[in-house]
Amino acid sequence: MAKRIEVSGLNAYYGKTRAIEDISMTIEPRSVTAFIGPSGCGKSTFLRTLNRMHEVIPGARVEGKVLLDDLDLYGPDVDPVAVRRVIGMVFQRPNPFPTMSIYENVVAGLKLNGVRRKAQLDEIVEKSLRGANLWNEVKDRLGRPGAGLSGGQQQRLCIARAIAVEPQVLLMDEPCSALDPISTLAIEDLIASLKDQYTIVIVTHNMQQAARVSDRTAFFNLAGPGKPGRMVEIDETNKIFTNPGEKATEDYITGRFG
Amino acid sequence: MSTVNLTGPSGIRKFKDKLAFVAVCAAFALAVIPLVTLLYTVIKNGAKRFDMEFFTHSMNAIGGRDAGGGAYHAIIGTIEQVGLASVISIPIGVLTAVYLVEYGGGRRLARIVTFFVDVMTGVPSIVSGLFVFAFWIALLGFEYMGFAGSLALAVLMLPTVVRATEEMLKLVPNDLREASYALGVPRWRTICFVILPTAFTGIITGVMLAIARVMGETAPLLMTVFVTTAINNSPFKGPQMALPLFVWDQAQLPQQVAIDRAWAGALTLILFVMLLNLAARLIARLRKPVSR
Repeated sequence: MAKRIEVSGLNAYYGKTRAIEDISMTIEPRSVTAFIGPSGCGKSTFLRTLNRMHEVIPGARVEGKVLLDDLDLYGPDVDPVAVRRVIGMVFQRPNPFPTMSIYENVVAGLKLNGVRRKAQLDEIVEKSLRGANLWNEVKDRLGRPGAGLSGGQQQRLCIARAIAVEPQVLLMDEPCSALDPISTLAIEDLIASLKDQYTIVIVTHNMQQAARVSDRTAFFNLAGPGKPGRMVEIDETNKIFTNPGEKATEDYITGRFG
Repeated sequence: MSTVNLTGPSGIRKFKDKLAFVAVCAAFALAVIPLVTLLYTVIKNGAKRFDMEFFTHSMNAIGGRDAGGGAYHAIIGTIEQVGLASVISIPIGVLTAVYLVEYGGGRRLARIVTFFVDVMTGVPSIVSGLFVFAFWIALLGFEYMGFAGSLALAVLMLPTVVRATEEMLKLVPNDLREASYALGVPRWRTICFVILPTAFTGIITGVMLAIARVMGETAPLLMTVFVTTAINNSPFKGPQMALPLFVWDQAQLPQQVAIDRAWAGALTLILFVMLLNLAARLIARLRKPVSR
């Protein structure tokens, strides 16, 4: 079910400001691709263009092509809502729905899209929570509020919620930046086990994390002060961290940046 | 090497702290005095006629000098008028707020709507009564009826409902909208099943405040509902009574029996508002996620 994403000539704007410039890359199916780079260089913006979440912000727009296998996500007949069902997303801050229980949070995407059969929902809840490594911790209190869990558990709940709708691609925007090392480890293990089924893209500020979890890494940087962000290079993670093709990448990952 | 001084606050700071504390307590006491005095007076004077007859009888064929009688007709009238006003203004108000927060986004129409809601907030209650009188009764030629009162009350309720709902919807974190969109949920479902439930408790509180505010309105009803002493169960036919009208009507009579009835009416009105508030809290509590 995982799919390949091919991006070509992508520009994203906030009003008149161009945030990212001319990005082209291929994201391989059943693998983890990490985006690294300094703050404000457009990693998250680029990630959000991949499931058409960028345009949710007033005044934001996108130019260029994003192909999911052979389908252009920015084609004229494409419904952004349908795109987001196929390409799920996990955010930086855990954001479970506060009015819903753990159970309801997991099935939120399905219920809000019309799946109602109890038996089917029960099965999906168990499967998704197991998939997110959370089942054993919450199986006895599925009716309790999702917002009552710890930060790390909430983030895994959000991952369970995202995989419950069975997307083809999972986008993660700094999913561990608000978590402690133990919860981070749990999420990293989870990413490793999910990549057999999903195409995963993760934005991270933690270079060790990128090295640990990803197969390929893309380095983003600003073209210059006040200029839009661009992708410097993308390659096998091993190569990026041991023998990068660009001087800027090497400077960044060795800490000689700026 | 300087030593660190960790002794407590200086005399002046302690004095300022005490002063501020006393000022805050005094302000609180001042604010509570009118409330307590009002409750005490209304309960003391209202208890005299707070009996079964008061809640089961109207004032039909009972003059100002006669003892007995009750506010049954006024209670029926208030429930129907305020209920109809709520049915009209709550959906319109909530939907207007949803438009302003979720769809308006600083558009021209949104700014115009916000401006007119502000203007409506400032409309004196008697003007809304005059408006409905001029439009519904004088121009369209309907008779005095409870529903005309509902229209006047709805005009007064609407801006309060819009404002309260708007503020509550603005408090819903954007993260939740994005979380819902990212699951492939359309915007209208996000509004119905994520945003409105999250803001529900606050919206209910705002709506209850709006209802409580119009429940005690007298002026707009005078010109629309008129006054009657008999029970009229239909808000769509002929004059009705309402609790504030009942209080106003009885309080201007010179006899003590009438004045006692007015106090009992006032007590009933206060109890109504309190019950509504309790109901709102109960609803809010029941809405929290419960065990499966």
